[in-house]
Amino acid sequence: MSDDPILSVRDVEVTFPVGGPLSRGAILGVAGVSFELRRGETFALVGESGSGKTTLARAINGLQAISAGEIDFEGRRIDGLGKRAMQPVRKRMSMMFQDPVGSLSPRMTVGDLVTEPFRIHGAGGRNLRDETRRLLSLVGLPAEYANRYPHQLSGGQARRVGVARAIALDPALVIADEPTAGLDVSVQGEVLNLLNDLREKLGLAMVIITHNLHVVHHVADRMAVMYLGRFVETGETESVFSTPTHPYTAALLSANPEPDPDRAHDRISLPAEVPSLLARPAGCEFHTRCPWVQPRCRAQAPVAAALDDRRVACHFPLDPGARPPHRPKEPA
Amino acid sequence: MRTLAIDNLNVVFSTEEGPLHALKNVSFEVPENRIVGIVGESGCGKSTLINAVLGLLADNGRIAEGTIRFEGKTDLVGLSPDRMRALRGQRISTVFQDPMGALNPVLSVGRQMVNIQYRSGLSRAEKQARAVEMLRLVRIPDAEAALRRYPHQFSGGMKQRIAIAMALMMEPALLIADEPTTALDATLEVATIELLQDLQKKIGCSVLFISHHLGVIAELCEDVVVMYAGEVVERGTVRQIFNDPRHPYTRRLLECDPARQSRRTRHLPTIPGEIPDLRARPGGCIFAPRCDRAHSACAAPQPERDCGDHHFARCVLAREPETADGRA
Repeated sequence: MSDDPILSVRDVEVTFPVGGPLSRGAILGVAGVSFELRRGETFALVGESGSGKTTLARAINGLQAISAGEIDFEGRRIDGLGKRAMQPVRKRMSMMFQDPVGSLSPRMTVGDLVTEPFRIHGAGGRNLRDETRRLLSLVGLPAEYANRYPHQLSGGQARRVGVARAIALDPALVIADEPTAGLDVSVQGEVLNLLNDLREKLGLAMVIITHNLHVVHHVADRMAVMYLGRFVETGETESVFSTPTHPYTAALLSANPEPDPDRAHDRISLPAEVPSLLARPAGCEFHTRCPWVQPRCRAQAPVAAALDDRRVACHFPLDPGARPPHRPKEPA
Repeated sequence: MRTLAIDNLNVVFSTEEGPLHALKNVSFEVPENRIVGIVGESGCGKSTLINAVLGLLADNGRIAEGTIRFEGKTDLVGLSPDRMRALRGQRISTVFQDPMGALNPVLSVGRQMVNIQYRSGLSRAEKQARAVEMLRLVRIPDAEAALRRYPHQFSGGMKQRIAIAMALMMEPALLIADEPTTALDATLEVATIELLQDLQKKIGCSVLFISHHLGVIAELCEDVVVMYAGEVVERGTVRQIFNDPRHPYTRRLLECDPARQSRRTRHLPTIPGEIPDLRARPGGCIFAPRCDRAHSACAAPQPERDCGDHHFARCVLAREPETADGRA
């Protein structure tokens, strides 16, 4: 395994214009994030809906223009590349979208769907029938499925076809946006095991976007927790799970519902609602919900700082097992 | 009293390839003032079950057999559309996964909350006051101002809470909640569960809560019904189901949840095989083709077996407690 990162994201920002002619403005969907990814590594992006996970994924893939920062992929700068220049890059970096059936054309057979990437990128003399067989067997579908249509597939099978399409061109990086959302637990395991096997077999690097923390725990080497478009905590998955240091990470982990009716819940409950991106709070943007908030947090934005193996954007990182100083009051 | 008592319910859809037996011999009860969870994978018949209760089955579906008793008297099967309509939204209400499906995007929240009280006979001001009261109950800050806002001006978690407020406005006897927290992140999911628990106690209704998220079921529900391929394979209290599952499907399902793997693993357990084609149900136990403990006796149809204390499982081995190889 080489030590050079295959993907390096530095201070990336994505802005969206809002308002009409009289009140033109912009919101920051992704507000300056950085991370690196190496071959064979899985990186998870965690955070609630609207925290910027999908926007960041789209920015990496060039589907969304960035307004600041740099993205390097396989040693080459790829942000700002035009559609044509991006085409060969997309061969090496593929994307799996959320809705498995929705991302498959209902009028194409499975065989056509898994070989569509070859047709788009120029088949290069490949025997498409052999490729279909190879890809279907890689994702564990019988060869005769090549003649089926998407509506004849179960959710898990449709997901497998999505995986086959994503790996068709031997990419170096797969970005999977909620690869198991809406899947049943048993099928979810199948899809995650499959991604994991392929990661090992093909040396893929993966970015997995999910809000299921249990999934992250089992599949990701490293993870980043996003809040309002920023990384509030980044680190090795195991260590983040065992000792979260950002209050938001701690709250997120403590909120995870466990399938055990007798478990005593020692929850860190977060008051109030997520602030709007149109009116970002001053100082630390989490201070409106943070049970540990102090005067400094309201005034001064924390800078993400290295803390052991982590990067944490908090003025007062938590000690292991820290409990909130007082029960946050419910809003009236 | 039972708020809902479903007895031997069978639902059949006619399809081009022949009749599809979507629900088979489904029986369970929702006692008064209790939260009952239905858990099962896609295609297990959860949605068909709700639609059957609400009288909203698609045109090609019909209730072939069985009764659905509501509040101990009315049989919802064969109830006239008019009488059914009088129950829906008043005595039986629903919350779905996507709150935008329940909210009209072009009307203010207040307008919608007043409109749905058309049967209440209250004055406009009273309806308005009731709407404010409900929004406060679901912890929407600044409730009076919220009435003037439109659905898109609220976050996903708030929209779901508004949908819950609307569903509970008429103080129904039964709230059917179909995956109401699936689209929310962990902190909002937990907040919504706690809110539902709280409101259920205040209003004193029963809740039928449908989810495939085992953690949410374990946390919220008092009784659990496990469905597989249109059949109830096991039912009991939440502790019976999670701590002493008797049906192999329930055991496999619990094992599959990554949350149950306390140690980090790269290889997650799965249930090999697929749900059988419901147009050609196997004659015996419905789970036998995927069951690692299947044997000759499983070829015969399985009745529900009583495991004691209102715990039932549709399996020959139901009375045997779990063997050591069961759980991680």
